[in-house]
Amino acid sequence: MQSIASKPVFSWLYLLVWFLAGVFIASPLSAQQRNIALDKLQSGLDFSGAEVQSLQADEFANPGNISLDTGNKLWSKPDGKSNKSCQSCHGDIGRMKGISARYPAVDKASGKLFNLEDRIRQCRSKNQKASEWPYESDELIALSLAVTSTSRGMPLQAQINGAAKSHFENGQRIFTTRQGQMNLACTNCHDQHYGQKLYTDPLSQGQPNAYPLYRIDWQRVVSLERRLRFCYTGVRAEIPPWGHSDMRDLSLYLMWRGQGLLVEAPAVRK
Amino acid sequence: MMSPVFSRRQSIAQLLKTVLAASMGTFFSGAAKAQVDKLTITGLAEARLRTFEEMVRPYVQNQELKKEGVSLSLPMLADNGHMVPLSLKIDSPMTDAEHITHVYLISQRNPVPLMAKFVLGPWSGRADLSTRVRLSGNQNVIALARRSDGNFIYDLQEVVVTEAACVDNG
Amino acid sequence: MASARLQIPPRVTQGDVFKIRLLVNHPMDSGFLRDIDGVLIQRNVIRHLLCTLNGREVFRVEPTTGVSANPLFEFYLRATESGEMLFRWVDDKAYIGELRHNLVVEAANASKPSGN
Repeated sequence: MQSIASKPVFSWLYLLVWFLAGVFIASPLSAQQRNIALDKLQSGLDFSGAEVQSLQADEFANPGNISLDTGNKLWSKPDGKSNKSCQSCHGDIGRMKGISARYPAVDKASGKLFNLEDRIRQCRSKNQKASEWPYESDELIALSLAVTSTSRGMPLQAQINGAAKSHFENGQRIFTTRQGQMNLACTNCHDQHYGQKLYTDPLSQGQPNAYPLYRIDWQRVVSLERRLRFCYTGVRAEIPPWGHSDMRDLSLYLMWRGQGLLVEAPAVRK
Repeated sequence: MMSPVFSRRQSIAQLLKTVLAASMGTFFSGAAKAQVDKLTITGLAEARLRTFEEMVRPYVQNQELKKEGVSLSLPMLADNGHMVPLSLKIDSPMTDAEHITHVYLISQRNPVPLMAKFVLGPWSGRADLSTRVRLSGNQNVIALARRSDGNFIYDLQEVVVTEAACVDNG
Repeated sequence: MASARLQIPPRVTQGDVFKIRLLVNHPMDSGFLRDIDGVLIQRNVIRHLLCTLNGREVFRVEPTTGVSANPLFEFYLRATESGEMLFRWVDDKAYIGELRHNLVVEAANASKPSGN
């Protein structure tokens, strides 16, 4: 007697079921719905005017260079009770290549999600036994920029699985939730209307690949956290305090959303 | 340290102030045009654009002034008024007999009209310069050069300065 | 803190007119802006910046609040003599910034052969 599976129509069905199962099982856990497809990702540089682009391209006179030079100097400056510099333990700053491209990352010891500035601050207090650098202080930003610059040209590759998963999901929730007096979610502007103008201002995709960067409007190099807090101001939402986990969770989501974009450092934006 | 968040009351108050100032501006009569906007209200720009005469007279005084020999280069549309690249080229042999002695960069709307003064001489070899300036709103910029014979030459360019849509104090 | 960046051609020949680019570390606080707490940031701008070669002034700029933060100055110089170039700037707080560069001016190549 012929088995049911050997009948032509059923063997196709059999194959179809296995194919679909294969698709779902083989898909990575992180295959979330992307509002902007990977091949449609664009750095903020694409939405910047010609002057901003040429300021960034100027290897000598890029306005972020002063901060970069400071950061590189700080790397080899002994500090704190340990009288050690970053270089004493980490060696040449070039060995930091790739690190900023995969931040923020979960700190194994505390379980918290750390951005690069958090990691530097912790290293200072725990290992160098040096005084705390406040959030967004000149030294902290300069060193963060110097470390980030070693990853220049590398693609963003943040980890969103394992311990990072709940942080990623919270970041995604924040990105897609309306807030503030203007009742806007990040996605409303940066997924749905990038490329269009807000008054005379072209809207970018809101990508994190170029931070910390020189923001001309603030006349200094600024971190992603500072920029995100300003986004909250933009929609008239209450801004979380410095160091809040929401900002880091959101940063992680942004890194995943911008996966593959190349690190730019030092970058310039208006 | 929390950033100030605009309350609804503050936003409405600011809107009314702007409307009032703008309507006052349309009634303003005089030789110079008035331009009332956020920059004027916050004291970062002059309401009345300076006239050409007001901009150059302090330097030129009674000397000859000609629009030639100077080529000023600024973007027509600046992304941000805090950093606008400016460069200029001046046609001068830069010899002991004939050279440029001073170059003045003058703004039509900034709170301080003179943006920079450069001192050159035959040792400069060339009277070309570049810098980055701050421009407080749409305006004309003048590059004024003093020649060794005491006379002046200049160039003028209009710049439109755009602003960010989301406003804050940083 | 890094004080300034200088870009100058590595070799200059006698008689050449060469470009100098200087990027100075300075906030150029205009005194018109407020900080994040609404407090007015005091004015502090570079009053003058000059470049001397062997003690002789070869460039001077007197910027005002109208020049951007971390100012860039590009200017030219005719190569006449080797020596020490000193860039020196003073701001409203009387802080003095300095950068030195040893300028080497090479003799122009003689194109005419000597003798007959």
